[in-house]
Amino acid sequence: MDPQSTLPFLLMLAWLTPLASFVAIVLFGKYMGPHGKFGGYLATLAIVTSAVLSFTALFGVWLPNYPIKETHHVEHGEPASAGGAAHDHADEHTVTEDARAEDADPHHHVDPTINNEAPAYISGNWYTLGQFGDLKLTIGYYIDALTVGMFCMVTLIASCVHFYAIGYMHDELHEPFVDHEVTLSNGEHLHRKGRFYRFFQYLSLFCFSMLGIVIAGNIAMVFCFWELVGITSYFLIGFYIERKSASTAANKAFIVNRVGDFGMLIGMMALWSSIGTFNFGDIKNTEGQVVEAGVFSQLRTAENDYHIVPPQGMIEEEIRDFGESASAGGEELADTEPKNRAGQWLLFIAGVGIFCGCVGKSAQFPLHVWLPDAMEGPTPVSALVHSATMVAAGVYLVGRCYPIFTPEALLVIAYIGSITAIIAATIAITATDIKRVLAYSTVSQLGYMMLALGLGGWVAGIFHLITHAFFKGLLFMCSGSVIHAVHTNDMTYMGGLRKKMPITAYTMLIGCLAIIGAGIPFTNIGFSGYFSKDAIIEQAWNYADKSPQHSLFLKWFPVVGAAVTAFYMFRLWYMTFAGKPRDHHRFDHAHESPRVMTTPLIVLSIFAIAIGWPIFGVYDMLDQTRPLGTLATAQGELWDVVVPNELLSHEPNLKQPAAIAAITAAGTGLLLSTIIYLWGFLNPAELKQSFKPLHTFLWNKWYFDELYHYIFVKPALWIGGFAAWFDRGIIDSIIHGAAAICRGISKVVDFLFDQTVVDGTVNTFASGTWGLGLWLRRLQTGNLRQYVMFIVVGTVLLFVAITFVQSYLVPT
Amino acid sequence: MFDIPFENSWPIANILTEPVGVAHYVSVGAVLFVCGALCMATKRNALGVLMGIELVLNGANLNFVAFGSQYLRADEHSLGLDGQLIALFVIVLAAAEAAVALAIVLNFYNSHDSIDVDHADQLSG
Repeated sequence: MDPQSTLPFLLMLAWLTPLASFVAIVLFGKYMGPHGKFGGYLATLAIVTSAVLSFTALFGVWLPNYPIKETHHVEHGEPASAGGAAHDHADEHTVTEDARAEDADPHHHVDPTINNEAPAYISGNWYTLGQFGDLKLTIGYYIDALTVGMFCMVTLIASCVHFYAIGYMHDELHEPFVDHEVTLSNGEHLHRKGRFYRFFQYLSLFCFSMLGIVIAGNIAMVFCFWELVGITSYFLIGFYIERKSASTAANKAFIVNRVGDFGMLIGMMALWSSIGTFNFGDIKNTEGQVVEAGVFSQLRTAENDYHIVPPQGMIEEEIRDFGESASAGGEELADTEPKNRAGQWLLFIAGVGIFCGCVGKSAQFPLHVWLPDAMEGPTPVSALVHSATMVAAGVYLVGRCYPIFTPEALLVIAYIGSITAIIAATIAITATDIKRVLAYSTVSQLGYMMLALGLGGWVAGIFHLITHAFFKGLLFMCSGSVIHAVHTNDMTYMGGLRKKMPITAYTMLIGCLAIIGAGIPFTNIGFSGYFSKDAIIEQAWNYADKSPQHSLFLKWFPVVGAAVTAFYMFRLWYMTFAGKPRDHHRFDHAHESPRVMTTPLIVLSIFAIAIGWPIFGVYDMLDQTRPLGTLATAQGELWDVVVPNELLSHEPNLKQPAAIAAITAAGTGLLLSTIIYLWGFLNPAELKQSFKPLHTFLWNKWYFDELYHYIFVKPALWIGGFAAWFDRGIIDSIIHGAAAICRGISKVVDFLFDQTVVDGTVNTFASGTWGLGLWLRRLQTGNLRQYVMFIVVGTVLLFVAITFVQSYLVPT
Repeated sequence: MFDIPFENSWPIANILTEPVGVAHYVSVGAVLFVCGALCMATKRNALGVLMGIELVLNGANLNFVAFGSQYLRADEHSLGLDGQLIALFVIVLAAAEAAVALAIVLNFYNSHDSIDVDHADQLSG
């Protein structure tokens, strides 16, 4: 099959199927079975169809045409000694003899200066929305291995979540649905209609939008779907709209995201005005010639060895915007610095701008505050939207736009990611709401992905995105299963549930082991997180090796974060499933969830274990779809930044200590958590007491909400209050005064002019007509003979008059 | 033959001297018309008024017939029956009118016990 035509078609079908389901449920959801039950089945069917189409695209079209080449870089945890005997795991691969021969001496060929060309991709436009001179807005596609892989990941997890949600949202099928968290003024709980079908309607819309982001061929289209996932997220967080916390959280998510989107708009404008296109890839005609060059290939041309160099349009635009001095970096610098700075600032702004959107969507510091509150939504939403897919869209976009970022922008990304990872991880230590712990864990893991991307570890970051989606979706669905059983989010009411709900407990244990990166160092045995997290830490050490001044933030923070992650994840698991029940009433009523909920857990736990295994080639596939020109070690032009070649992270002298550090950190966290929460050698309450200030600080989430409340919310309220006072007090009184004056003037005019002149004229005409009518009335005698006389006399008179006129007045 | 002054500008003289022509018809029509009009104007009896109407219509009919004469026509291509046809229409109209008018008169008589048109002044202004 020709991938140029079949892939866009297949993926378009997979993309539009959830839209069809959404439209059908919007229009007819109410009539689909009792309480809209079949609406849920329809949405599930649609997403399963998408999943089948996506996997067909991957295994039926993509892989046969673009097979994964065996490379020696993928092998994980390889021992330092570069001898052939150490490759005991090589049997796991179906490596050819050539590859084996190459393997014998794998790591001494890495030349950090060799740059990569563009990966295999298919790009094109379906429809042109508008054309303004050379500038075009289109609906297009950009399909590479990342797109296809993301399609499979998103549709697979979404399918699991749909099945799970049929069980989880079962309460909504009851009529009336009683919301126990809303108490009305008369002391009763809220009774309302079930909204089962509406939930699935939003899920379908979400799947459509998310797949739209993934398939989009240009940044403008990404932005449209970006906003669409934002609004679906808003709908789903506020699904229990009657709960004040839910509606507030929905608003918070929406408003915080706007802040990020504003930055994204700036980045888009910087790109569009200077490069003149939004397209990621080149649009080629049927002969394979480039018709429209995309952003990537304009920024990284073959003449510059695919290093990022601002094109001429960008330099001109920067001079237009900032003047000559900005592009030259100042007069005095221009003399001393040999580097070419022209256009670099605008490029930096474009990169950071695009990243701002990702900060909002992926809940990075300082816009991370919305994600924990978003847990007010139903748990399937948290699993799908707020952990596995939508929030990962920010990471995906950074990965997709990777060639746009200069080394300086990448440094910003790395720092933001690192700070986010550590802050969120520490907050998660003290949280007792099971979903909030997972939410902060999500923020922290997203921070890791951003960190990896910012450090130049494109493959590591995206790989972690994919593995994380599976195990975090799994963890959330497990927590939902627990909440479903005990009807509370608070872990202080749980405990000992392992015996009541074994499937949930052990699948969640798998999720926890996956997220802390459990595995045996220097081998290929481990959970999926083991591979991806180690890759991130290796790249971090690689980066710090080249620029030691960033060691604290970019080398040690990830390691400390890994320890903290292990600590809070196992704290969560022990508090929920181990030990003795803390609330016997809830414990006695707890039960294992129905099969429709546990089956997706088992499916996802299999993926959480195995998706990272090299035998499945996910890492290889990503490695071969690395964006254009991002492999070689890059130097910053504006200030001193070195982004090292990712292949260097596989060097044994970096890889070994990094792997040891990672596993030690995870082991320390796990051990500490076991000591405190399982064996009880240390009493958590006493610890809390002895670290009171620290605990309060973390319990209040570093006071971010309070800080924002005083910095942004309060001033906004003050300004609003002042504006309201100004409006009511000043503008309204001016308007009222003007109205009173106007009314007075019109009264005078009415008296002087209207009532005399206008009314007089009209009344005179009226009475004249009336009088004439009265006079003419007398002619109408009713006497027939008189009428006849009138006719005769009239005719005669007319005749005489005409004769007279014709004879004397009309000249002949 | 005695001498007639103003021979060309005094048509009455021609009527008296010339053979019967259009002018004679027209004259008779005019007399009929005036008689009818006078009848309508003077009679108080409704039937008398109706008779006057008939006279007026027939006076007009005479004119149509007279002017429809083929001697007045230079057109060779038509049948030359326009005047006669219109006269026939007028006759039919007169018949219809008489029927309606008689019905009105009858009703008037039923309600007023009289057919004096001077009593029929309810439409006065």
